[in-house]
Amino acid sequence: MSARRVKDILASRILLVLTLAAVSLIFLMVAGLYFKSKPILDSQPLSELFFSSRWRPFRGEFGFLSFIMGTIWVTGVAVLIAVPLCLLTSIYLSEYAHSKVREWVKPLIDILAGIPSVVFGVWGMLVVVPFIKDVVAPFAGVFSTGYSILAGGIVLAIMIFPVIIHVSLEIFRAVPQEVREASLAVGATRWQTIKHVVMRKALPGVAAAVVLGISRAFGETMAVLMVVGNVPKIPHSVLDPAYPLPALIANNYGEMLSIPLYDSALMLAALILLLVVLIFNALSKMILIRMERSIR
Amino acid sequence: MERRNIEEKIFKGLMLLSTVAILSSLVLILLTVLVKGLPYLSWAMVTQVPQGGYYLGKGGGILNAIVGSLYLAGGATILAILFSLPVALYLNVYSKSDSKFVSTCRFAFDVLCGVPSIVYGAFGFTIMIFFGMRASLLGGIIAIALLILPMMIRSMDEVIRLVPRELLDASYALGANRWETALKVVARQSLPGILTSILIAFGRGIGDAAAVIFTAGFTDAIPNSLLRPVATLPLAIFFQLGVPIPEVQGRAYASALILTILILIISLAARLLSKKVTRHIVK
Repeated sequence: MSARRVKDILASRILLVLTLAAVSLIFLMVAGLYFKSKPILDSQPLSELFFSSRWRPFRGEFGFLSFIMGTIWVTGVAVLIAVPLCLLTSIYLSEYAHSKVREWVKPLIDILAGIPSVVFGVWGMLVVVPFIKDVVAPFAGVFSTGYSILAGGIVLAIMIFPVIIHVSLEIFRAVPQEVREASLAVGATRWQTIKHVVMRKALPGVAAAVVLGISRAFGETMAVLMVVGNVPKIPHSVLDPAYPLPALIANNYGEMLSIPLYDSALMLAALILLLVVLIFNALSKMILIRMERSIR
Repeated sequence: MERRNIEEKIFKGLMLLSTVAILSSLVLILLTVLVKGLPYLSWAMVTQVPQGGYYLGKGGGILNAIVGSLYLAGGATILAILFSLPVALYLNVYSKSDSKFVSTCRFAFDVLCGVPSIVYGAFGFTIMIFFGMRASLLGGIIAIALLILPMMIRSMDEVIRLVPRELLDASYALGANRWETALKVVARQSLPGILTSILIAFGRGIGDAAAVIFTAGFTDAIPNSLLRPVATLPLAIFFQLGVPIPEVQGRAYASALILTILILIISLAARLLSKKVTRHIVK
């Protein structure tokens, strides 16, 4: 065998190993975090961990409920703000805007996607938090420091704009032109065409985009942590502070090794995040792949 | 006017409004950081490390964090290239295109792309504990490399996928084997795109905070070894903001401005690169 051929075969093997290693990162992460959170899973029943809001690490009480609720509230607010805005924008860019406008807006959305989360957090503290403290809370007739779910939700909404717009714009562009023409030809207006024809075709893809946005919002850490107040209580309104799971992990890295089971509890929080995000991402990717096939 | 036309008008207005709202959020963020950070920006900020009492308002700068972030993101990017480029080449040159294996791998990497950086941080931390390492430059590099690996693979994969099949066939017809084709034809043909992916990943590495919070530690000195802790810009911003002294908070805003400018330069470079570097490209 020539040296060239040996090289080719060797390279093939090595590349295959590297590829498999990269893919197995998913399983490695799940296994590693599970292994680390085993002590706490063994020491307490799942119901206690997930449905209790008593969080007293010093006494060995680890109830995640307030953190889980905090995450759900903040994510929910972010999605409620982001989805309508993103959908309207994507429809505008795809159906109405001149292609030049589209080419101008896309890089700007990319820039938004590239801004580090800490900068979003700084902006949230400088603009959103005071706005909620001085305008929104007095208007609602309650007192708030401004560090609240609403602040976290607004900052987070802006952070997931690029994800949702990017995917849904691609979906709208993938709807064949003939479908639109058929609808316009029978006398429908543009908006009717969008509402009844384009939207109907694009709906699963839009759902996938939203799911992707949710999963992105779910794990976002720094920006949310900086504006959401970090009070471990079950929130009751959007003006309450909350303490989402990622913030819990990030805030306590210092003391986690000095209290028994604490590190295990934080790794469990990371495992929960990982599993939820994996499921959501897989779901949305599967929808997108099916759509791609059906449009072809 | 007909009802359906009124409806169209209303919705078109709403669409324009949301587009403007989304774009103005970007402008608002950039302007806020600029206006708040500029007054505190000084030459000392970018050329000095923190001196004694820096976090109480005394002199110094954040050179430690700037250099730290560059070391960290640079090291992580190099480490990630070593994995991502071979993987992307394997998926496109060695594997049968659009086979089950390839689409499964792509699916896996897509899913990995969405994993939050705090999870990579936590996982990196468990690796460090496993090997008995302390928070260090190396630990941070590993965590960031894990974070940017999937996105680098996917973006390189997308670029390499665009290389025309005929080019590969031409290379094979001349007697080249797959390895030579991958290295000398495919990689070279997609070089600008590959460099763009690398730069984008580098930018992500610089901006990320959650993955390094456990793994890299923090220090006022510039690290001289892989095993020393290292400061990063995002964490420097975070810690300075936590100090209730106006001067220090002002410097946090200035640090945020520095970070933003750095990121904007990198993304601009990535954009230019994807258009300019076309020397070896067969069109």
